[in-house]
Amino acid sequence: MAINTDKNTYTIAFAAVMVVIVGALLAFLASALSAKISENERLEKQQNILYAMGVNENEGSGSVSFIGTDKVAEAFNTYIKDQLVLEGDKVTSNDAAYLIDLKKEESNAKAGKARRLPVFVGEKDNKEFYIIPMRGKGLWDAIWGFVAVDKNMIVQGVYFDHKGETPGLGANIKQRYFMDDFIGESILNNGNYVGISVAKGNNDPANELKTDNEVDALAGATITGDGVSAMIKQSISLYKPFLQTIASN
Amino acid sequence: MGILSKKDAALILDPLADNNPITIQVLGICSALAITAELEASIVMAVSVLFVMGMGNVVISLMRNIIPSKIRIIVQLVVVATLVIVVDQVLKAFAYELSKTLSVFVGLIITNCIIMGRFEVFALANGPKRSFLDGIGNAAGYGFILVVIGFFRELLGSGTLLGIKVLGDPIEKTGLYAFGYENNGFMLLSPMALIVVGIIIWVQRSRNPALIEEN
Repeated sequence: MAINTDKNTYTIAFAAVMVVIVGALLAFLASALSAKISENERLEKQQNILYAMGVNENEGSGSVSFIGTDKVAEAFNTYIKDQLVLEGDKVTSNDAAYLIDLKKEESNAKAGKARRLPVFVGEKDNKEFYIIPMRGKGLWDAIWGFVAVDKNMIVQGVYFDHKGETPGLGANIKQRYFMDDFIGESILNNGNYVGISVAKGNNDPANELKTDNEVDALAGATITGDGVSAMIKQSISLYKPFLQTIASN
Repeated sequence: MGILSKKDAALILDPLADNNPITIQVLGICSALAITAELEASIVMAVSVLFVMGMGNVVISLMRNIIPSKIRIIVQLVVVATLVIVVDQVLKAFAYELSKTLSVFVGLIITNCIIMGRFEVFALANGPKRSFLDGIGNAAGYGFILVVIGFFRELLGSGTLLGIKVLGDPIEKTGLYAFGYENNGFMLLSPMALIVVGIIIWVQRSRNPALIEEN
């Protein structure tokens, strides 16, 4: 029996059935996989935080290598001594602080509601690290990351990631050679919390000068680089009161 | 070819050369420009399109007799979008690292005009087996050009291949760089991809003059 596929009723019925089938399929898939996906995202966050404080499996000057997903939960417990949540002047300890959604907190702040700021205190080889999460805008979409400083406000490590920067250009902010440049830079300049800028003309491509609050930019990724600078600056200004108490101790 | 008849084999082989979707039909250029700055990204994109196109062509072909012609384009879009989301979700659950590399391409796969073009021209008029072969063939033709462009852009633009420094270290001046060689930053920008595509088209047509259209 041939169906008359040109009839309006058929077209509408087809569209309706198609939407129901596709909707059901995707909804089923999303709910079936959501537990596994959020577990993956949780482990990734732990990996990123640990990466910033130098707990990773990097070798030589090669590529970024996180601590394995099988070991990360244990390492997170070992190295992260405390997870703090700053809310106004209040500082509370919270074991799930790393799960705080920065984007949500940002829109809370915009809506005039209280903003929670997570910060992680790590310890490795008798040295304390303060790891601050960051979030900002690149060229195409969100960029985010973590910066780990010691109590002298010297950067001990960073981690950057992005949602959709251009491969080969802006996407290189998550490459080792870019992130490693930040290590040893100070976020202070004459006592001011200025952060670190990604600079194009700093005449220091090998990044030997560690007191200039600048790292060498990526060619062809000016806007992403500016986004990174702005992100660091903004995050540091948010955490300034907290960082000041650490620095004065 | 054994299993495949001559006609079926042509479905796979034609798009690789004389009927290549990028160099002959000049389709799918947008993604060819956007993601070929690195060889790895080109390969990931090629594999993703191979999967989506093979599957999509089969699905459309199976439904070809019941799709209302008035909304066929919408149906095609829904099929591509669904497949891409399914792939993305499954990868996120079981191959999280890979899915992060791929996430940039999801949007680009959906808008790839080669996919829609093959649905419209081929899958709506042919059986599932032939459609599958056609999808695989065209995706392979597309992927092949992508990899070639990615190879040259990464090699000449960054001096690396798959992230490995094959020409030496530009900062420490080793390998080729010791002789004053410099990376060509232009190669990383999209316009150079277009020029590389142009060169491939030129080479291909001068080797086979039958491909040149008459005015």
